[in-house]
Amino acid sequence: MSTLHTVNKSPFQTQTLISCLGHAKAGDSVLMIEDGVYGAMSGSAMSEVVAGMGANVKLFVLGADVSARGIDAGRVAEGVTSVNYEEFVGMAASCDRVQNWL
Amino acid sequence: MSENIKKFLYVNRKAPYGTIYAQEALEVVLIGAAFDQDVSLAFLDDGVFQLTKGQDTKEAGLKNFSPTFRALGDYEVTKLYVEQESLDERGLTLDDLQDIQYEDEDDDYEEKPSIIVVSRAAMADVMADQDVVLSF
Repeated sequence: MSTLHTVNKSPFQTQTLISCLGHAKAGDSVLMIEDGVYGAMSGSAMSEVVAGMGANVKLFVLGADVSARGIDAGRVAEGVTSVNYEEFVGMAASCDRVQNWL
Repeated sequence: MSENIKKFLYVNRKAPYGTIYAQEALEVVLIGAAFDQDVSLAFLDDGVFQLTKGQDTKEAGLKNFSPTFRALGDYEVTKLYVEQESLDERGLTLDDLQDIQYEDEDDDYEEKPSIIVVSRAAMADVMADQDVVLSF
């Protein structure tokens, strides 16, 4: 039993990612999409918070949205897995529920 | 309860008047209530502001939709989960929220509170217990 959470807001703009990580259960997947990908960057003021709060979940980022924003793939934080659209669909199909954090 | 009944959770995380999300969520809840599903509402983060009592939108020229929450019981929507930490962070208590009740038809139509205050951890459990989660 697991949930796929998606987050589409920058953690520098809203508390959405923090709230998501605060409610996700161990073993859940958290996928950062759209402006949410800024939460996946290393070396930011949010990096440690995300790594700490996300320690018990699987962290993912949508590669297309990373590329679109000019973020080098090397800037994606350690422990965050980059996925493509097809893998996104696969994740949505294989989990028990999807919860979108808006 | 037929086996086709699914558990639906409507998640409210936004304050009532700055965006249309809160009002739209309520519309969808009322529409969804016609389908006889097991419906719950969650209020967390700024979503707890939706339930404050004494909202007066006259001067602002906005539609005050907060009384609608008190009508949800008539549509058999009787579980409004409110997160304690979100209240605390905003300096709110249960006393600041509307008194929302429903008539329990299994208990001689006794009036019972619809609001269930839960911890963040318990809210996470509620979320993980759903078939469908709709966010607003």
